[in-house]
Amino acid sequence: MTSPAIRIVSATKRYGSLQALAGVDLEVAQGEFFGLLGPNGAGKTTLISALSGLARPDGGVFEIMGYNVVSDYRNARRNLGVVPQELVFDPFFSVRELLRIQSGYFGIRNNDDWIDEILENLDLTAKAGANMRMLSGGMKRRVLVAQALVHRPPVIVLDEPTAGVDVELRQGLWQFIRKLNRDGHTIVLTTHYLEEAEALCGRIAMLKSGKVVALDTTENLLRRFASHSLAVRLDRPELAAASGGVLAANGWAEFPLDRYDDLEPLLARLRESGAKILELRVGEADLERVFVEVMSRA
Amino acid sequence: MHERLIGFRTLLQKEVLRFWKVSFQTVGAPVLNALLYLLIFSHVLDRHVTVYGEIAYTAFLVPGLVMMSLLQNAFANSSSSLIQSKITGNIIFVLLPPLSYREFYAAYVIASLLRGLFVGAGVLLVSLPFVELPLAAPGWIFAFGLMGGAILGSLGVIAGIWADKFDQLAGFQNFLIMPLTMLSGVFYSIHSLPEFWQKVSHINPFFFMIDGFRYGFFGQSDVSPWLSLAVVSLCFVFLAVLTLAMLARGYKLRA
Repeated sequence: MTSPAIRIVSATKRYGSLQALAGVDLEVAQGEFFGLLGPNGAGKTTLISALSGLARPDGGVFEIMGYNVVSDYRNARRNLGVVPQELVFDPFFSVRELLRIQSGYFGIRNNDDWIDEILENLDLTAKAGANMRMLSGGMKRRVLVAQALVHRPPVIVLDEPTAGVDVELRQGLWQFIRKLNRDGHTIVLTTHYLEEAEALCGRIAMLKSGKVVALDTTENLLRRFASHSLAVRLDRPELAAASGGVLAANGWAEFPLDRYDDLEPLLARLRESGAKILELRVGEADLERVFVEVMSRA
Repeated sequence: MHERLIGFRTLLQKEVLRFWKVSFQTVGAPVLNALLYLLIFSHVLDRHVTVYGEIAYTAFLVPGLVMMSLLQNAFANSSSSLIQSKITGNIIFVLLPPLSYREFYAAYVIASLLRGLFVGAGVLLVSLPFVELPLAAPGWIFAFGLMGGAILGSLGVIAGIWADKFDQLAGFQNFLIMPLTMLSGVFYSIHSLPEFWQKVSHINPFFFMIDGFRYGFFGQSDVSPWLSLAVVSLCFVFLAVLTLAMLARGYKLRA
């Protein structure tokens, strides 16, 4: 049987009075594009730190590709690439030097062919000889991604990789990460840009106060927690309530829609009530609504 | 080459490159400092002071200055590298790869030792035009140079991991390393001190490092070089065990 890319069982971690992880169980299959969402302080970065060996959990089991991150840390770390949240860099070296050094840490020499390919894919070739201090924030972010990939890890964790990054770079980065996922890499993403998670992730876990409060495919989460909605502007807004609507500003009223099939009967009810529809918008279910809903229930 | 050896060697190379790329500051400046000490002290004291009966003060001073520079720079290398990496956050690039804590320790200490040896050799070279130095027992010079550099490299790792801010590291350097170095007999023989201060000197491990190192040049020292070697070796073993224990626990590195 193939081992999961990531397996976390009963993970706990406390910092002083703060329970950063309160019994997290999580499994990510090989080849998945997995999202880890949660508000600030939910425990996402602690979970990633414990998984990557940057923090020591108080309890629980962490495995990467079947390797325990404590007892078999060498194999576990060889299988994991982490793009950290903070924009950190070593000011003494050029981009290429840093990537060669990072390859060496993982026991790889003569890695220039793969380094060139990464640089090319991340549009960094022209900056290969530049010192890290001379690069813009976006460029530094790309180098962090490159550093996480030098040892071709099957599992890649990206901790808010697009924070403070411009649209063009974000698009380019996602294109490359999608390609890596198509090539078989498992991707775990944390982000505050929920539309990114919705577009990219096949499955999502939501964390709150160190616990997993929702875990399902993106499709199921959207179906379970968020409905579509119909927004209409009526000539007589006061008639909206009788049909189950909620009044909003400027004569607009909102009606929840579980399915598109409910749209026609709702419009018929409005017509029958004597209201005339002046404008109409159908709102799609989105992850932001799911997120708000899940967090308010948890 | 074995994968683990490549990882260790890369970290060592990176630590050496880190100081070599700014060698004007990390090697050149301490050599110049030591040269200034030499010029000033030798000018003022050479005609008035002899040590061990017939050794001119300038000749006596040079091995002390070489060892002092070696020790201070070995400490500065590991401590500054670690605190910079911790404060800027780039320490994670060393913590994420499959490097063991022993490889981590060995790479930082050997790089520190190398910087110490470079600076020590530089001080010795620039001193040679001013003084005639005998080489009575070169083996002791190497033994104490290596042990001293390794001890201060280990202390640098401890200080770099323990300190959360640059001023804490400066405190470690100014209130521990500097007094122990200056009160170790770099500039004088402890026989010229009152009895009380002679006794105090005997609890300073830096005294044994410098005294043993000096024995290698003159074949004379304040205490037996074997005693010095025993003290220095014990000191190294204690610090190595302490540093390795801190690293194995992940103290302040893997929170």
